[in-house]
Amino acid sequence: MTDRALAVVRAGALTTVQDRGRPGHAHLGVPRSGALDGPAAALANRLAGNPPDAAVLETTLDGCSLRPRTPVTVAVTGAPCPVSVDGRPVAWGAPVRVRAGSVLDLGAVVSGVRAYVGVRGGIGVEPVLGSRSTDLLSGLGPAPLTDGAVLPLGAPREGGDAYVDVAPQPAAPDELVLRVTLGPRDDWFTPAAVRLLTSRAYRVSPASNRIGLRTTGPALERARPDELPSEGMVLGAVQVPPDGTPVVFLADHPTTGGYPVIAVVRPADLPAAAQARPGTPVRFVAVRRR
Amino acid sequence: MRVLPVGAHALLVEVSSGDEAQALHAELLRRRAEGSLPAGEIVPAARTVLLDGVSDPVRLTAELTALALPPVPEQAPETVEIPVRYDGPDLADVAAHWGVSAREVARVHAGTEFRVAFCGFAPGFGYLTGLPARCDVPRRPTPRTAVPAGSVALAGPYTGVYPRSSPGGWQLIGTTDLVLWDPARVPAALLSPGTRVRFVPVGATGPAA
Repeated sequence: MTDRALAVVRAGALTTVQDRGRPGHAHLGVPRSGALDGPAAALANRLAGNPPDAAVLETTLDGCSLRPRTPVTVAVTGAPCPVSVDGRPVAWGAPVRVRAGSVLDLGAVVSGVRAYVGVRGGIGVEPVLGSRSTDLLSGLGPAPLTDGAVLPLGAPREGGDAYVDVAPQPAAPDELVLRVTLGPRDDWFTPAAVRLLTSRAYRVSPASNRIGLRTTGPALERARPDELPSEGMVLGAVQVPPDGTPVVFLADHPTTGGYPVIAVVRPADLPAAAQARPGTPVRFVAVRRR
Repeated sequence: MRVLPVGAHALLVEVSSGDEAQALHAELLRRRAEGSLPAGEIVPAARTVLLDGVSDPVRLTAELTALALPPVPEQAPETVEIPVRYDGPDLADVAAHWGVSAREVARVHAGTEFRVAFCGFAPGFGYLTGLPARCDVPRRPTPRTAVPAGSVALAGPYTGVYPRSSPGGWQLIGTTDLVLWDPARVPAALLSPGTRVRFVPVGATGPAA
């Protein structure tokens, strides 16, 4: 086996391989998937000297530990967390050299949810339908990391070194503000429910995952009780299941669904949703369609 | 036909029947192939077609509203044949719903020409239409936690085949060994919207011993 590989010492709560996902297959029931915090994943690649479509690792809350079998350049971005090599603190948000056999450790995040590890050369697992992303809903792409697993690395490209001391990154939100345009099924709800959605504070539910940001808060009352025939869903769709609390569909969302979508979140606001911890207040702000 | 905006870059086109949705889907695919419809995703469903990745939704809305819908294209040259054993655990329940024998359920199902109306639920899962309205069946009152891969099932007006083991509430009438979804194969999905499908009975009808 080649030495261009990473051994997983500690997989963490949920660590997956992610890139920019597999768009273009929704009509076959294949979700887009991809890194939930796209800008953070792109920065990890930039700092590690990778092209933007290289695959990175996405951790959840408690990080992970990795032992490269070859000297590598890595960069950790996204949710801030302590980073160390063989127990010695190293920089977060900057390129770090790790020797072969040393252990890179990401500790528990101090804010936010998801950290990203860019590794020079990218994670080199086999792509499925053009993407190396783990899709938790469909089971496409590599399985989530497990202790003892070995991940192949891709070939590093020439040049592309990033010489930076500090890369500015947005802080995890104290309050998640999601700009929405109403529709396509806001007419399935009472006018009072539409006002509730855009005037009251919801909170991020602990049941949130890569499929959807679930919320707790006032239930939205339907104006019509009938069943909606299944229809296509977009990233950021705010779907309202029978319990009346809105779910914002994230990267691993199903491609069709049978509950009405009351509004759609602007894509630019979704990276912050990836970093909002359970309990964070959520405000849906109605904006005009551009 | 009604065109509903979905966020800033998508449109949901709503029509009044499943047949119209299939005709619209075929027409939109034709237009995209000839280069006159820029859209990243075209996702048909029960009564709608979603267009996602649209750069100028306002202009496209005007074009779509003026669209004259041709009839569903005639039979595609290729029909996928799915060998099936009619041995599902819900076969007797479906027979009771239809008011016929289990053998008659198999005969009607295998004698029907299906068409993939749309996909969803899981990669490679097609919602197949073709059975007459009197054959509609409800979902199971309690979904199963694990339906085996290859299960041939009915719910509402649809027939489907589970591409992999998953939870599910459809009525299971049979089993196939055909692999519906294989990411290593081209194409990965055996069934895509518009595909014609026939079920070919193999073995005896009735629950497996």
